[in-house]
Amino acid sequence: MIYADNAATTKMSDAAINKMIEVAKETYGNPSSLYEFGQKAKEALELAREKVACLIGAEPREILFTSGGSEADNQAIRSAAKLGEKAGKKHIISTAFEHHAVLHTLEKLKSEGFEITLLDVHEDGLVRPEEVEQAIREDTCLVTVMFANNEIGTIQPIKQIGEICNRHQVLFHTDAVQAIGHVPVNVADQNIDMLSASAHKFHGPKGVGFLYAKKSIRLSNLIEGGAQERGRRAGTENVPGICAMAEALSEAVANIEKNRDHIEPIRNRIIEGLSEIPHSALNGSREPRLPGNINFCFEGIEGESLLLLLDDKGIAASSGSACTSGSLDPSHVLLAIGRVHDVAHGSLRLSLGEDITDEDADYIISAVKEVVEYLRSFSPVWRNLVAGKGKFIL
Amino acid sequence: MALYSEKVMDHFRNPRNVGVIEDANGIGEVGNAKCGDIMKMYLKIEDEIITDVKFETFGCGSAIASSSMATELIKGKPVSEARQLTNQAVVEALDGLPAHKLHCSVLAQEAIEAALEDYEKRK
Repeated sequence: MIYADNAATTKMSDAAINKMIEVAKETYGNPSSLYEFGQKAKEALELAREKVACLIGAEPREILFTSGGSEADNQAIRSAAKLGEKAGKKHIISTAFEHHAVLHTLEKLKSEGFEITLLDVHEDGLVRPEEVEQAIREDTCLVTVMFANNEIGTIQPIKQIGEICNRHQVLFHTDAVQAIGHVPVNVADQNIDMLSASAHKFHGPKGVGFLYAKKSIRLSNLIEGGAQERGRRAGTENVPGICAMAEALSEAVANIEKNRDHIEPIRNRIIEGLSEIPHSALNGSREPRLPGNINFCFEGIEGESLLLLLDDKGIAASSGSACTSGSLDPSHVLLAIGRVHDVAHGSLRLSLGEDITDEDADYIISAVKEVVEYLRSFSPVWRNLVAGKGKFIL
Repeated sequence: MALYSEKVMDHFRNPRNVGVIEDANGIGEVGNAKCGDIMKMYLKIEDEIITDVKFETFGCGSAIASSSMATELIKGKPVSEARQLTNQAVVEALDGLPAHKLHCSVLAQEAIEAALEDYEKRK
């Protein structure tokens, strides 16, 4: 199998697996227990915190371990909203193509009286910093813009947006779930106040992530209970998962350039190969883009059948069609960049991992070409387009 | 557990009666590209018997499988019998569909109804 769905989740690295087993076996004490065996676990936990903090340019006390990216997004946004509300500021700026962990939290806040501005992400899938600045008002309490989009991989001008937010004294949060471990992230250099991350996107375990929040920001709890995580997140810490995450992150960060140099040319090879398919288009700007992300729309076909046939050929990929999203609408990301429903249903996302080879790329290209051609051969939509009864969009 | 039954996957991977009938005397098209499913049915009816049926589908795996199965269920049958075809019959013949995919079987039933209606109009 060629696993080309690394944006969904990644394979755990050997280092992370070994760490997880080691900690689970040897350091199973409760970090809150005061005897030495418990304190050993506490030590492992704090070591992991120091490591993670150092890797993103933060201080250890600014790292809060969570169950993953969604929890971190929820807590960051809820905390900023609460602080805003206290100061009489109930306006939040975000974008139309955020992850649902952000969008659905914002929808909830809207029902609680907050005003939400969702910025246009344009056809290239890039937020314009000047439009962030224009949208900031007296009562804006938070700007939240994802670091890199999970479907189309476009990397946002985070540093510039952060600089604008700092200048206007508005909190800036970024969902960096897809970016961290794949492109350089440094909260100090990039003017980030809060950041969400998830371990399983960078070869760590599932069910663990972290929230970075600048020490001046008072976080509100989502989970009440014990005094873990400086009282900001109750529940006995997932020590093996957290330690494995720190291990995975240090490995990923150490290899960012090496991995990029390997993956990016293969990504480009696939983009060029798939571009040869008539009436197809790459979704989102080619640069700046995550090294492993490829997202195409093919006119006249539907994405789920494309995925199933690729699965038969041993390729694991994903799509933004309605049938794969479990709703009637295709991906909100593709709609946000201006793809109409008709073509958004026919999308394919390939997200490459470090073990991808040139041979894999050539196989993917020929398999996708074959399947697209086959599905078009009995698509009434395609027949009409070819017969001139409709207009090609792509 | 797999997303679809073996039967669905079989009809999806090896769809029966795919294509166009040039001299069809009943054609029906339902669905729309905006929602992600379009089915087109071509019928060749002689002496009130469906002697040939072909389909074209733009849609997901279950849409393709439902079209394929629906054509199998009416091929060689009298028009009066084809009119009785229900989406449940398509679902049963496919050994079931996931709940959120049932609309695909409804679309198959509607495509056949539309083709039969077209046939009646042309008579």
